[in-house]
Amino acid sequence: MYLILDTNYLIQNLKEMSNGNMNLTLKVWRQKNAQTSGKFVSYKAENISPDMSFLEMLDVVNEGLTHKGDEPINFDHDCREGICGMCSLYINGHPHGPKRGVTTCQLHMRTFHDGETITIEPWRASAFPVVKDLAVDRSAFDRIQQAGGYVSVNTGVTTDGNALLIPKVIADEAFNSATCIGCGACVAACKNASAMLFVSAKITQLGLLPQGQPERYSRVQSMVAQMDEEGFGSCTNTGACEAECPKEIKLTNIARMNNDFLSAKLFREEEIHEAKH
Amino acid sequence: MSEIKQTFNSSLGKKLIMALTGLFLCTFIIVHVGGNLLLFSNDNGFGFNVYANFLTHFPPIEVIAYILYLSIVVHALYALIITLKNRKARPVGYAVTSKSDATWSSKNMGLLGSILLLFIVIHMSDFWFRYHNDKTMGFKEYRTDLGTGKTTESTYTPPVADFSHSVSTENNVEIVRVKDLHARVVYSFSQLWYVIFYVIAMGALSFHLLHGFQSAFRTLGWVHRKYTPIVYAVGTWFFAVIIPFLFALMPVWYYYQNVIK
Amino acid sequence: MSLDAKIPEGPLADRWNKHKFDLKLVNPANKRKYDIIVVGTGLAGAAAAASLAELGYNVKAFCFQDSPRRAHSIAAQGGINAAKNYQNDGDSVFRLFYDTIKGGDYRARESNVHRLAEVSVNIIDQCVAQGVPFAREYGGLLDNRSFGGSQVSRTFYARGQTGQQLLLGAYSALNRQIHAGKVKMYTRTEMLDVVTIDGHAKGIVTRNMLTGAIESHAGHAVLLCTGGYSNVFYLSTNAIGSNVTAAWRAHKRGAYFGNPCYTQIHPTCIPVTGDHQSKLTLMSESLRNDGRVWAPKTVEIAEQLRKGTIKADQVKEDDRDYFLERKYPAFGNLVPRDVASRNAKEMVEEGKGVGGSGFAVFLDFADAIKRLGEDTVRAKYGNLFDMYIQITDENPYKQPMRIYPAVHYTMGGLWVDYNLSTTIPGLYALGECNFSDHGANRLGASALMQGLSDGYFVIPYTLGDYLAKIGPKKVDTSHPAFEATKKDVIAHINKLLALKGTKTANEYHRELGHIMWEYCGMARTDEGLKKAKGLIQALKADFWKNAIVAGENEEVNASLERAGRIADFIELGELMVDDALMRKESCGGHFRVESQTADGEALRDDENFAFVAAWEFKGEDQPEELHKEELVFEAVHLSQRNYA
Repeated sequence: MYLILDTNYLIQNLKEMSNGNMNLTLKVWRQKNAQTSGKFVSYKAENISPDMSFLEMLDVVNEGLTHKGDEPINFDHDCREGICGMCSLYINGHPHGPKRGVTTCQLHMRTFHDGETITIEPWRASAFPVVKDLAVDRSAFDRIQQAGGYVSVNTGVTTDGNALLIPKVIADEAFNSATCIGCGACVAACKNASAMLFVSAKITQLGLLPQGQPERYSRVQSMVAQMDEEGFGSCTNTGACEAECPKEIKLTNIARMNNDFLSAKLFREEEIHEAKH
Repeated sequence: MSEIKQTFNSSLGKKLIMALTGLFLCTFIIVHVGGNLLLFSNDNGFGFNVYANFLTHFPPIEVIAYILYLSIVVHALYALIITLKNRKARPVGYAVTSKSDATWSSKNMGLLGSILLLFIVIHMSDFWFRYHNDKTMGFKEYRTDLGTGKTTESTYTPPVADFSHSVSTENNVEIVRVKDLHARVVYSFSQLWYVIFYVIAMGALSFHLLHGFQSAFRTLGWVHRKYTPIVYAVGTWFFAVIIPFLFALMPVWYYYQNVIK
Repeated sequence: MSLDAKIPEGPLADRWNKHKFDLKLVNPANKRKYDIIVVGTGLAGAAAAASLAELGYNVKAFCFQDSPRRAHSIAAQGGINAAKNYQNDGDSVFRLFYDTIKGGDYRARESNVHRLAEVSVNIIDQCVAQGVPFAREYGGLLDNRSFGGSQVSRTFYARGQTGQQLLLGAYSALNRQIHAGKVKMYTRTEMLDVVTIDGHAKGIVTRNMLTGAIESHAGHAVLLCTGGYSNVFYLSTNAIGSNVTAAWRAHKRGAYFGNPCYTQIHPTCIPVTGDHQSKLTLMSESLRNDGRVWAPKTVEIAEQLRKGTIKADQVKEDDRDYFLERKYPAFGNLVPRDVASRNAKEMVEEGKGVGGSGFAVFLDFADAIKRLGEDTVRAKYGNLFDMYIQITDENPYKQPMRIYPAVHYTMGGLWVDYNLSTTIPGLYALGECNFSDHGANRLGASALMQGLSDGYFVIPYTLGDYLAKIGPKKVDTSHPAFEATKKDVIAHINKLLALKGTKTANEYHRELGHIMWEYCGMARTDEGLKKAKGLIQALKADFWKNAIVAGENEEVNASLERAGRIADFIELGELMVDDALMRKESCGGHFRVESQTADGEALRDDENFAFVAAWEFKGEDQPEELHKEELVFEAVHLSQRNYA
């Protein structure tokens, strides 16, 4: 016989578990909107549990601020499992914090130590204007994708998926490029605020696959043109993007993009297309 | 906007120019270091002075030389343009910056390049400019006994003002009369500050090429699992170690020779 | 109003084809005269927006995130089913249909499910053509795996990130149409109400989340592709932003809500570590292939484990209760999701829960490591183990994992007919937002399939029929209904902003979550549900008195956004409890304690409950009215599940 029993005795337990022993000072960038200027404000984060994620720690701080009648700190976040690409904090000099290969939402407080001062800044790039506090506007990324980051097929394709043979190595390599989550950490990490890792990941994914071949050279030209228009810097091949990318997208993508671009511009007469502006 | 202009105005196009001029300059310094090795030949500057004369009087080389000067100017100018654009891409900097995995040299190409540019200006005004324009620069006469192969040297005062050089053979003795750039080298490298500046500049060259050589290949899109390690090795050992070392050795060696004299 | 599901006549396998022919078409030249509103840009929304724009309609698409690519479809891990039978293992459209109906415990509509199975094959072709990098075999062919206990290998996948790759495919199709000017994209825009004129949906009212501007958008039809409502439980595997607001406000404007109490609970999630926890992370169920689930035999040992005075590997073999193996010798650790989840919860309720919180049982790999070697285990589950280490800082190669069930998906949603139309003409619901294809429980790798099926292959046909019937007469926001709805929305926002009490919206959300999990989760009783109803009503009253909402409307205001969503979750919670109270049978993922076999297993009641419950909103604080859509089974024979 199955019965429901009460688990309230454990709920109290959860409350206690949230009381950690870490006390931190946060230096947080506060900025009302894109038009106003911002400044750093210090906050205390007390009784933080090392099991909290970084964003949960901010949740706790925000709860405190709300209770006091202050305005909570605004930051972007959504899935909190490292895949949506929405979270975007520059923590102690690193996009997504000091730990490699993780997004901010997957960064846990045990990475820090008690008494530490943590500086939290928004992504800095003219192409990523601040929305509020720590959130920035990354719509430039969408516009770059809209310029050509697709295969032009309408719904209703009737070619069987297996009609196209794709070597496993090619499918795997394309997948590696396709894992980009579009968070913008590459731009944030780059000393030139260059978006090339992001742009080249999509160009490489589609450039490797047979489906992407018909538009391969027009795609690279349109996407690079849009990238330039958005005001991102250029690549100095420093590799900071690769080192800070939470999905560990490789610098090789940029070389592949360069190759396709130069090939299109210099050696493929029929592919030359002049931008409208 | 024309297609060509558009290509080279794009971020990737500008980088292409940087890469191509950079690689061209890399090939030049191979030649340059090769020629300068004559400084170590201990022949009172015979080989070196003849070489300097050859470089300035052989027409095809002169043409290449002008392409070279243009490359330097374009490389520096585009570096400036790109840097300004990159600065504009991040108008507000970070309060905290951290050590990232990016190499020091890759992040300081502008600084290194500026040192090199300053070096090139001083270097050229000291040697190239004087060689071409300094009327007071002396001449040397080298007499080589073709029988024994022995060479003797002496100062030579040209009979006419616009004398440049001459080669003749008298009594089985080859007489070569050329401008004595070597003397200038000896003089310059006897000054400690000059030697130190040279060594620093060659350090800058080393770091500049450590990143620049392989980066140019990336910019051109030439990356390959098999060949890129070779590019890295050449960029590191040949361009960032051997070449700057040889260049830096010259002033040090001459200074040392001067001191022990 | 009577419920007409508009199921086509004729043999099951021919219905969709026949229906497609019977549907009216919109003249190609006229398509550009129609404006379509699509809310949400996940698999269903992005696919629908792109497909409709390709056909020539003008589409306005909305999402609350900063980019359409962030929709929560992106987080789906496992894969997508399709009846391709590439593996020659006996799969077919009928088998996928049959498995889905059976998996849903005979609470789904046969015709819808059959259509889903039919178009599943097109989805794969479509996605491959878009450049989705599905896993391939060495010969270059698409790879498949078996998933969720299925007996055939029909699941297509892209490593553990299938949802991401499919969504990026749909996003790219959407981008192409944005570039072409056929889709106008509104990001950081939240839909707050539906505008109806003469009973037809003609637009929506939105809030610009950057400026606070309340705006009206008119269209000939509105498509809600806004996902599920698992976050009513506070902790779930959903994204923080996932919410029911769009669907709930549509419900309050007249769209019936179907089977609200049907939720899916996933057994292998990483347990909570404290009250601060904001979401739960799922680990693939494949872990149960080699892991053994156990809890300590006695409360005393559990107590010691919770306090940390002993470690799991110090518990003697005799003191361990491998409860799944004990109770279900035939299936052991591989019993279905709901059975595994319910038993874990039972252990915790008996006081045998482990981990600091006590909300966990063990999943032990010690035997597997002994049998296969650590390297083999690492090769099979390395990425999952790494994820576990990252989150918990514990090493599952040395100590058993702690797992606990978490809410993962909601099968319930807005009631729709065969055409995906809600009970408001012109208002459609696609993907997880609707109630349709999964019955009382969803098969693994079927959510992605349904979202894309609705978006790519169903709505482009069925919407045309409606549009052709209403004609291309221009609709715009000048109609007084827009102004009236806008006024309602502003009044609601002002009411929220006026709340300057003592408790944050988050605190209410957490309380709601506890109530829902405790009384309306995977096991329910009449008594518990009645108690829950009272608790929720009290919570609602308290919320509107004591909540704090910070800031003002004319700015980015996460506090306001959250408060609005939580107010809706509280109302939905009450309806879920009503639905669960009404459904006095155990079915799918839901165990009704009063309805069990002598062995303590779920007992379905086909006689009295083989229907879809569609709830009609009757006014604030009024009981909702139940409408029943009887389910007719022609192709399958109803049988009771048995895993003992």
